[in-house]
Amino acid sequence: MSDTSNPAAPAAIAPPPLAERLAAQLPYWIVPAMVVVGLALIGDLPAWGTLTLAGLAMGMMIFVMASGLTLVFGLMDVLNFGHGAFISVGAFVGASVMLALGGWMTAPSLWLNLAAVVAAILTAMAVTGGLGYAFERVIVRPVYGAHLKQILVTMGGLIVAEELIHLIWGPNEIPLTRPLALRGAWVFGEVAIEKYRVLAVALGAIIFLALRWALVRTKLGLLIRAGVENAEMVEALGYRVRMLFILVFVAGSALAGLGGVMWGLYEELITAQMGLNVLILVFIVVIIGGLGSVEGCFVGALMVGLMANYTGYLAPKLALGSNILLMVIVLMWRPRGLLPVGKG
Amino acid sequence: MPDALPDALLTLAGVHTHIAQYHILQGVDLTVPRGGLTMLLGRNGAGKTTTMRTIMGLWHASAGSVTLDGRDITAAQTPDISRLGVAYVPENMAIFAGLTVRENLVLAARSGPLADDRLDWIFGLFPALKKFWALPAGNLSGGQKQMLAIARAVVEPRDLILIDEPTKGLAPAIVQALIEAVNELKATDTTILMVEQNFHMARMVGDTVAVMDDGRVVHAGAMAELAADDALQTRLLGLSMDSHQ
Ligand SMILES: Nc1ncnc2c1ncn2[C@@H]1O[C@H](COP(=O)(O)OP(=O)(O)OP(=O)(O)O)[C@@H](O)[C@H]1O
Ligand SMILES: [Mg+2]
Repeated sequence: MSDTSNPAAPAAIAPPPLAERLAAQLPYWIVPAMVVVGLALIGDLPAWGTLTLAGLAMGMMIFVMASGLTLVFGLMDVLNFGHGAFISVGAFVGASVMLALGGWMTAPSLWLNLAAVVAAILTAMAVTGGLGYAFERVIVRPVYGAHLKQILVTMGGLIVAEELIHLIWGPNEIPLTRPLALRGAWVFGEVAIEKYRVLAVALGAIIFLALRWALVRTKLGLLIRAGVENAEMVEALGYRVRMLFILVFVAGSALAGLGGVMWGLYEELITAQMGLNVLILVFIVVIIGGLGSVEGCFVGALMVGLMANYTGYLAPKLALGSNILLMVIVLMWRPRGLLPVGKG
Repeated sequence: MPDALPDALLTLAGVHTHIAQYHILQGVDLTVPRGGLTMLLGRNGAGKTTTMRTIMGLWHASAGSVTLDGRDITAAQTPDISRLGVAYVPENMAIFAGLTVRENLVLAARSGPLADDRLDWIFGLFPALKKFWALPAGNLSGGQKQMLAIARAVVEPRDLILIDEPTKGLAPAIVQALIEAVNELKATDTTILMVEQNFHMARMVGDTVAVMDDGRVVHAGAMAELAADDALQTRLLGLSMDSHQ
């Protein structure tokens, strides 16, 4: 037997028209286009360079914080406002480790500086990962499938976490100085390239590539992508989506903790509310990218980072609303986000 | 309604299923003999898909029992039922559109890497899958998606395969190909429970038949018997099978 005799078969996979293919590629060109338009509007090369690097760094950090959240939503339809708690807790745990390793932070050695940061990151990720596990069991599990309850309960979790931070670390914000080697900038003529921003961009890019690799190349990653499309069918193939979900939830919480450390070092100031503040941007990014889409989340995060920095320079009064405007525009163009996951 | 035959692989006894506040299955009795193909017929909304989903644990029976190979699976979870050797080809196929044909099959092969000889057999049944091996499954045509959905169910040997309306929306040439594939499957001793609206297909491949109406099985017996009895067809299905070819 053969179905290739079916004359419809070859036509069904013939490449779609050029316009359609370009439209599918379009989201990937938005970030480069924004950078070019930014240069035209700003007109000042050094300022543009600084803003672009700042925007990319900010975008990468938001991506790190948002990547887990988008998968959590895609896999189990869970709206988790508690995600902001992991960002704050990660920042506080990381800051505590770095303050405890003050000698390494101020030593004139790149390696000791980095060792302190790595120790802070690993500790923060371990703590927020563990916290994520507990949060899923205690707070999220009882409200599966009920969105309104999820919003209320996870918001409650966020508030409790903020109070716990006040209890443990005191009511005041904590200043955090970057380690010696990550302070300052490399200066080329008029262009100053801040060292920490370069590190943030590099770290974000590595996380993105690693996540992408895991989602495309490993069986576990395939299961997660399949589960985002159709969780029921993944179960019918014999896999427990609950287990996948717990894994993604823990990994996403740990990444939020990592993002919290990065954000804290970026702002050089840590507050219990920082998680909630940045969570708004995180949600915008998850929505712009398309729920459940890691690649969309990446593109959306870079857009948001650039938008915040460019408008902050060009039209400071608009800066606050610019990302909400960005979201509205993207959703009018693509109601399901830039790179939606095909729900099968 | 006959009780479970000694060689029944799957037995539903007095199964009731509620979906939300709706009482959909109202005491389904169904026996699927080991090694054969049982056709599940019935008009739209009779409860065929709901029966399949109840067997698979995607809905849970509120009363009655589902027994697989002597084991009570009424309250079992879907992944556990799957791992007892039950494969499911749902009505909407549920292929993973963002994954390639290969990746769809990799996930279906739970126990390890894809076996070459098994793949060759599948490619023999569905050559299109070989051709579009590395293509995202979402790009396949409707018929090819159906073939992928069936391939996913047979990528490793299973004891029981549930197939819900495989010919839905397919061209006659593909239906013929599907009949041949199902006949090959039957030759492998796999037990099949199939829902079908296409009576031509039903008659070609069915060994036994159960007809549902309003959430109950209203007739069960040999396929040949129903196929030969126009009056019975008209009474059970509202139409003669011949008029559906
Ligand atoms: N999720 C649901 N919520 C409420 N009612 C449902 C749901 N799914 C099915 N039903 C109802 O259950 C009844 C049986 O549906 P089912 O899908 O099992 O029928 P079917 O025999 O498979 O029909 P068809 O031949 O059209 O596929 C129908 O009346 C349908 O409206
Ligand atoms: Mg149906």
